Parts: sequence; C-alpha cells; structure tokens
Amino acid sequence: MEFIDAVFNHTFMLYALLTGVLASIACGVVGTYVVARRITYIAGGIAHSVLGGMGLAYYLKVVQGLSWLQPLHGAVVAALASAVTIALASIYLKEREDTVIGAIWAIGMAVGIIFIAKTPGYSENLMSYLFGNILMVTRGDLWLIAALDAFVVIVGYLFHKQIAAVCFDEEFARVRGVRVQLFYLLLLCLTALTVVILTTVVGIVMVIAFLTLPVAVAGYFTRKLWQTMVLATLLSIFFMTFGLALSYSPDLPAGATIIILAGLTYLIVSVIKALRKI
Amino acid sequence: MEKCAVVEIEKVFFAYDGETVLEDVNLTICEKDFIWIVGPNGGGKTTLVKLILGLLTPSGGAVRVFEKSPQQARSKIGYMPQHAHLDQRFPVSVSDVVLMGRLGEGRRYGPFSKKDRQVAYEVLEEVGLNEFADRHFASLSGGQQRRLLIARALASQPQLLILDEPTANLDLLVVRELYELLHKLNSQFTIVMVSHDPAFVSQAVKNVVCVNRKVAVHPTTAVGDEVLSELYHGHVRMVRHGHSAAEKE
Repeated sequence: MEFIDAVFNHTFMLYALLTGVLASIACGVVGTYVVARRITYIAGGIAHSVLGGMGLAYYLKVVQGLSWLQPLHGAVVAALASAVTIALASIYLKEREDTVIGAIWAIGMAVGIIFIAKTPGYSENLMSYLFGNILMVTRGDLWLIAALDAFVVIVGYLFHKQIAAVCFDEEFARVRGVRVQLFYLLLLCLTALTVVILTTVVGIVMVIAFLTLPVAVAGYFTRKLWQTMVLATLLSIFFMTFGLALSYSPDLPAGATIIILAGLTYLIVSVIKALRKI
Repeated sequence: MEKCAVVEIEKVFFAYDGETVLEDVNLTICEKDFIWIVGPNGGGKTTLVKLILGLLTPSGGAVRVFEKSPQQARSKIGYMPQHAHLDQRFPVSVSDVVLMGRLGEGRRYGPFSKKDRQVAYEVLEEVGLNEFADRHFASLSGGQQRRLLIARALASQPQLLILDEPTANLDLLVVRELYELLHKLNSQFTIVMVSHDPAFVSQAVKNVVCVNRKVAVHPTTAVGDEVLSELYHGHVRMVRHGHSAAEKE
C-alpha cells in the first residue's frame, strides 16, 4: 500500500515503474534472441564495457563542463562500439572471438574505473552503475529509454524472420540470400541497446541475469520465438513491478530485489518441470 | 532430349589453407538426375556441395548452376544442411522452420505473407507433416526432423535439391522411408545428396559420384542379388567402383 501511495505521490517512483515496463519490452524481445542464439557471454562483455562509456561521459560532464552530456549517452556509444567490435572479430578472427569479448569486458571496466576515480564527486555513482539505481532515473533518461525501446521493437518486427533464421540455422539462411553477417551485427547492436536500457534498472553486473531469466522461464511454456518474447516481456514487467514494490518499505536495493525474485521464480519453475519428468 | 545445364563443373580446384581438397574436378548434372555424392570423411564431399551453392569460391576452374553463377542461381536451389548442428532446444515450431525456406522469396520486411504460409502448408503436406505444424521442432523424431528439413528446402520452390547427409544417424527403416520420399520428389526435382555412408545405394539413386580429392562418376545398375536385398530391406542398386580415385589417399 505504501508503495502505491509512493507511485502516486513521488515522480521518481512513477519514473521507476515506467522504466521497469519499458525495459521489460526490450528485455523480452532481445533476451529471447540472446538466449536462443546462446550469446549471453557477448551480452556480458557489452554490459561491462558500458562502464567505460559511462565513466568517460561522467568525467566529461563534471570535469570538462559538458553539462548536456549524460552517463547514459556514453553507455549507448560504448555498447554499440563493443557490439561492432565483437561482430567484426567473429567475422574476421572466428576462433578468437572469446578472447576479444574477454578483453572488451575487462578494458571497458578499467576505463570506467579510471575516469570515475579522476572525477570529483560521490563515489556512490560507481555503485549505482554497477548495481543499478532505478530510483535515480530522470525524465531525460526515460525519453531515451523509450526511444531505444521503440527502435528495438521496430527493427525486431521488420527483420524478425531474418534474425530468427540466422540464429537457428546460419548456413541455410546464407543460401537463401540472407546477409548473415549484417543481421548478426544488427542482433549484437540490438543486444547492446537492450543492455544499456537494463543497466539503468539492475546495473552492469546483473544485466545478464535479467536478460536470460525471464526468457528461461518463458521458454518452458512456449513453442515459438514470438510467444517466448511476449511471455518473457510480461514476466519481466511482473518481476520489475513486484520487485520494486517489495523493496520499497524495507528500503532494499531495488535491482537486487528484482533479480532475486526472477531467480527464485526460475529456480521454482525448473524444479517443478524437472520433478514432473521423473 | 535431356537438359544438362543444371550444374556444370569444369576443371575445378579448391585448396583450404594451402592444402588441396579438390583437384581437377569435372562434373555435369542433368535435369531430373539423382546424384549420390559419396567418399571418405575429409575427402571433399561437403566442399563440392558448398562450391555448387556458392558458399565457397573455387581456387581454379568454373562452376555454373542453371547457366549462371552459383550466387545468382541460389534462388532455384533448395538446400538441406547437415542436421547435427541444429540446436534442439531452440524455441521454434515446425511451421516456423518450414517458413524459413521462404526467405528471399516474398517481401523482405515484416512477417511472412499469406502466400508464404500457403506454400509452407503445401510442402508440409507433401512430406506428410501437416498435422505437426504447431508442434515444437524438438518434439519430432529424427526421421520427422529430416522430412521437415526437406520440406523447408522445398518451400523455396527450387528446381535443384541439395541434401547434405540427410540420413545420418537414422535407423535403416526410417532411411528407407526417406528414400521413398526422395524417389517421389525426384520426378519433379534434380537431386544431389551427400552421404559418407556408402553401405547401400537406394534404388532411387541414378548416378554415384565418388569424391576423394578427385571425382569419378558411376551409373548405378540394378542388383539381382536377393541376399543383398534381404539385408537392406528393399531394392538395392550396385555401383561398379572400378576407378583409381577412391584408392588414392
């Protein structure tokens, strides 16, 4: 009840709730591709590289006086740059893709930590980037997230059949004249944008969990990719909203509460499914 | 008069990382032929198929498909890749898989069209899987999955069917059913099939191509041997392997 009052009385709670719903849409759509194609490791690499972009943007804003620049802008640029680098690496250095991902993962973090250390101000910022702080979402962030969301959904709708085919059977798609490398790059860019959106909610460290858990639960009940997407989105909205509500009164970190809720649900559903098989 | 312009391979060489895989390959495939490509693992069977599909480019010589370059001719080729690399847990239904065969045919953006769905339904019917359209891919048996992948190749409305190891890891009775289907399809399509298992040749096959760096072609002849037929639960044809390419390592 206290939570519902808060939503009506405090804009930050309303923004938090809206962020959760918007993030869930991208999470359901792109998370389904990521899980189906088994590229969670790539999503992890992109997520951690985001810290570099956020740190740099934060440094430029505070120290160099670029007041219009937001950490989220840096995050978008860093995530897309990482996605393009990883895609190029997988096309041209096939066998060393994992090395490249590992390097991007660690270098991104290192760059971010250095810039944050060199920026005067609260070190709390680092914590909120790493573990998310949905209560700090601003109106500007919300618009940017909505725009990214719209982009992800529109591209997903227009090219779903190509992306799905590339994920399921790349060689066949190539023979059918699908530009496989282009769509792989597109998929990684969509992943990058989704990672950025989710970072605002659950933070860099927990992004992978949230990208995969709703999809994993949905996967137990669906047979088609688009069904998985819809159910994963609904589950994600539930986890975000309910997690936010649960965390409010005892003043728990919202991102962590949301993750634990999603993780527990996944655990329970998989145990029930496993028991039924016996 | 037989038309022989389906596939024309002339003096083709292919090397991978400096190692010669195919050497001086000459092969002509005529319309409504049923070719079985056999040979040892690493002998170059898959390479030969990928050259026909235009997924690889020869180091020397020329490959023409329907009198065009393989890339230009791709829309006339129905392809069934090897089955083993498919992810059984991928969330995809039977009808979704077939619809992938419509890529490159209908409109480029947005979902598949009504016509695409119509074609998908027809080809599922042709391979006898229409009642499974809404089932999950993984819920089909091994033999049904192969039929599904053949249906997906047919959904491209091709003139040439290329099948890479369609019978791998199937038991003999299922293999026989699959050949009956291919035999039926052969009245409409030219078929090229790869298999590393030369244990027996179905009566459907018309020509056998042995690939082991070099390529040799053998017509098949009916075998009168009843013992052999008994052994393989059906009609078999014999291949006269009297050439040197297969022995050369």
